[in-house]
Amino acid sequence: MTEQTKVTTLEKVVVRFSGDSGDGMQLTGTIFSNLSAILGNEISTFPDFPAEIRAPQGSLSGVSGFQVHLGSRKIFTPGDRADVLVAMNPAALKVNVSHLKPHAIVIIDTDSFQKSDLDKAQFTTDDPFKELGLDVQVVAAPITSMVKDGLAEFGLDNKSAVRCKNMFALGLVCWLFDRPLEEAMHMLQNKFSKKPTIAKANIKALTDGYNYGHNIHASVSTYRIESKKVAPGFFMDINGNKATSYGLIAAAEKAGLKLFLGSYPITPATDILQELSARKELGVKALQFEDEIAGICTAIGASFAGSLAATSTSGPGLALKSEAIGLAVIAELPLVVIDVQRGGPSTGMPTKSEQTDLMQALYGRNGESPVVVIAAATPTDCFDAAYWAGKLAVEHMTPVILLTDSFLANGSSAWRLPDLDAYPDIKPCLSTGYKESEPWKPYRRDPETLVRYWAVPGMEGFAHRIGGLEKDYDTSAISTEPYNHQKMVATRQAKIDKIADYIPELEVLGDKDADLLIVGWGGTFGHLCEAMETMQENGKKVALAHFKFISPLPKNAEKVLTKYKKVVVAEQNNGQLANYLCSKVPCFTPYKFNRVKGQPFIVSRLVEEFTKLLEA
Amino acid sequence: MEQAIKYQAKDYKSDQYVRWCPGCGDHAVLNCIHKAMADEGINPKDIAVISGIGCSSRLPYYMNSYGFHTIHGRGAAIATGVKTANPALNVWLMTGDGDCLAIGGNHFIHAVRRNVDLNIVLFNNKIYGLTKGQYSPTTDKGFVTKSSPYGTVEEPFIPAELAFGSRGNFFARGIDVDLKNTTEILTAASRHKGASVIEVLVNCVIFNDGIHKKITDKEYRADRTVFLRHGEKMLFGKDNEKGLVLDGFKLKTVTIGQDGYTLDDILVHDAHTEDLTLHMMLGLMGGDMPVALGIIRDVEAPCYDLEVEKQIAEVQAKKPIRKLHDLLMSGEVWEVK
Repeated sequence: MTEQTKVTTLEKVVVRFSGDSGDGMQLTGTIFSNLSAILGNEISTFPDFPAEIRAPQGSLSGVSGFQVHLGSRKIFTPGDRADVLVAMNPAALKVNVSHLKPHAIVIIDTDSFQKSDLDKAQFTTDDPFKELGLDVQVVAAPITSMVKDGLAEFGLDNKSAVRCKNMFALGLVCWLFDRPLEEAMHMLQNKFSKKPTIAKANIKALTDGYNYGHNIHASVSTYRIESKKVAPGFFMDINGNKATSYGLIAAAEKAGLKLFLGSYPITPATDILQELSARKELGVKALQFEDEIAGICTAIGASFAGSLAATSTSGPGLALKSEAIGLAVIAELPLVVIDVQRGGPSTGMPTKSEQTDLMQALYGRNGESPVVVIAAATPTDCFDAAYWAGKLAVEHMTPVILLTDSFLANGSSAWRLPDLDAYPDIKPCLSTGYKESEPWKPYRRDPETLVRYWAVPGMEGFAHRIGGLEKDYDTSAISTEPYNHQKMVATRQAKIDKIADYIPELEVLGDKDADLLIVGWGGTFGHLCEAMETMQENGKKVALAHFKFISPLPKNAEKVLTKYKKVVVAEQNNGQLANYLCSKVPCFTPYKFNRVKGQPFIVSRLVEEFTKLLEA
Repeated sequence: MEQAIKYQAKDYKSDQYVRWCPGCGDHAVLNCIHKAMADEGINPKDIAVISGIGCSSRLPYYMNSYGFHTIHGRGAAIATGVKTANPALNVWLMTGDGDCLAIGGNHFIHAVRRNVDLNIVLFNNKIYGLTKGQYSPTTDKGFVTKSSPYGTVEEPFIPAELAFGSRGNFFARGIDVDLKNTTEILTAASRHKGASVIEVLVNCVIFNDGIHKKITDKEYRADRTVFLRHGEKMLFGKDNEKGLVLDGFKLKTVTIGQDGYTLDDILVHDAHTEDLTLHMMLGLMGGDMPVALGIIRDVEAPCYDLEVEKQIAEVQAKKPIRKLHDLLMSGEVWEVK
């Protein structure tokens, strides 16, 4: 270190890698976050891709970003604003202006900040920083030319050499954060194991970047993030869609059932179909069908035939599946429907995130059609949520709608590999377990849970007919008898309500005697939790109740919601959970905080608004 | 071991009262299905009968097997799920011209294209019965119904053409009034590995009475239909005095002994040839030509449900991992001690 460089020890820091779609920013960000996780930091990441497949080079619409938040204590979100930005071109700088903290460090490649580059990003002067009014610390390095010089010995063509410039930038960031390079080198070896020259070139660029940082006497801060003592075990980096896929596999394994996924590609849920269709070694039947309706209908068929069946989709697809969900409701067949929510209505904003499908999940069907609705809180929680979805579906013979969102689906963090033995058992309610004195019929129920017994084609002695027509409570034959319909409607609702006895209670985090209870659900957990902690640091008494189980509500929900003087329900819609809770909890009148921008909450903004509420 | 048990038609009948209108063609087809299943000797516990919505889709309730009466048009997709999840089952789809070809058209063409091993019985009465008399995708152009009071202005589907266009490998056509032959083709369909489409021309006694009369009535049937059997000559008429020949690229009816045609000139039906050309021409016959009944096409091809399992077996032969934990440990993991 030079004497000009001061070392700052931080609890957490946000780094954003940004460049053209082809600049390899996703790889750079992934390596840096994994490196940090291995060193014992908490991480949370979020990729930000352009919607266009290949936007023009250097243009504003072609900027691809990857943000990582790392720290020595629990990290809940990918962070509001960046402490460090790597901007590989002027477009990347311009697009990220609003994502920067004051005095942030900005690393730029001066070779791609020439007149023509500035023009492509629609700058009108030759000083982009001044033009944007930025007060930042700039590390300006001729990255492209240094990479070309440094790699001359490898005899690569110009294009291949220039492609290594992301590793030079990574090296520079590693210097900034005092990250040893060995693990990064190891990852590059693995990544390019079939192309040894490319591997060597990338490692050389990485090392050159690191050494450059060391040698330039840059008058910027370098950071040290203390490592945290984490629980021992094996870890991996995982995003929400992958965790959802693994949760389904785990549930099927625990239940002793085959896993079937019927699906149709839709952003941002497609990864689930892709992940599960690659899992043939585990015997998973994950198949792409002709449309959303076929996706769910094949799953319903597979469920009838005895599989743990699921379908994956996003909001528009959920709309198409409504009628079929109703069939699974009345036929009382187990089914997991995963809705990775995105911006709506209609096609809306397919790559952006919001929580606007809650009402659709709860009520978006004809008839009185109750289902279980649960929501995942974090990318890694998608595993547990999918596991619970599978468990409740087969134990209670019902469709379960699992809500995640685009933010959870693509966001990732370090995940401690689960010990499946520690997860609750999953015991399908099979007709072979029928013990009542009356002869078995398809709609005969367990008197305690009101769950009907699952008989699967191929079982001797249980041949039966079910379907979308109302059935008689006792004989299971078709019935339009008025009292019977009333009874069946009530029974289907009661069956769902009783599930409250089998799910965890609502947890309250924070101060027991809080002056404000923050209420949320689903993918906003990280932001709400961080907001609560920040307010506590500011001396406020706050608590957070975050719903994972929404239908039915946990048994203690009413008690929790009515205990605090002030309650605010914060969600990325116009108040869907708040309205639902009001309909379920008498005299519940919460404040509402609603933002529908397709973007994650901003923690500082939450703190500001909640503090105002508290002081009002 | 199951072959040892002799089943009878009654073993496939459920205790439910059959609610179709008296005189409806569906009764006869139901009896043919019971008979075909008994002939095949399949244990009822291994049969799954799936249906959509419509008069014919009530059929699963009248079967003593596993049955699932689903939603309008989606039967083909649900049956695909059943069969793919458990290829050991004998899976039937009961559907009508509205259910299968209008609202369910997409699922139908894709189930046929994928060659899922389903027996798809298409009850074609050219009308919507359960909603009381609206035109369907097979209603003849110009036909007056409750929703086309001045006649339809659209061309109908010909199910055979649609099945062939979807790359179907089995297509047969039967009529409700011919129990013997309809049972025969249903049995063959059950035996065929792959998607079998069996179009049964049925009468709707209430809303479309006599729609197939010109074909099905005893007095016309011999002259206006030709029953095809693989390996046999395409003969028809009361005394099999007429037959089909190729005239250039077209089919033509001839009378044996007239215009110099002899029995040797009559075409022999080859249901097993992959070439679709003649099957398509036979399937499209009507008007001046006799309507083709029987099995028009019956070609073996890989079945989707088995291909799915085959691929899993192939991957499993190469990858020893069977548990999620082992899969996770084989990826990029790091240990914290």
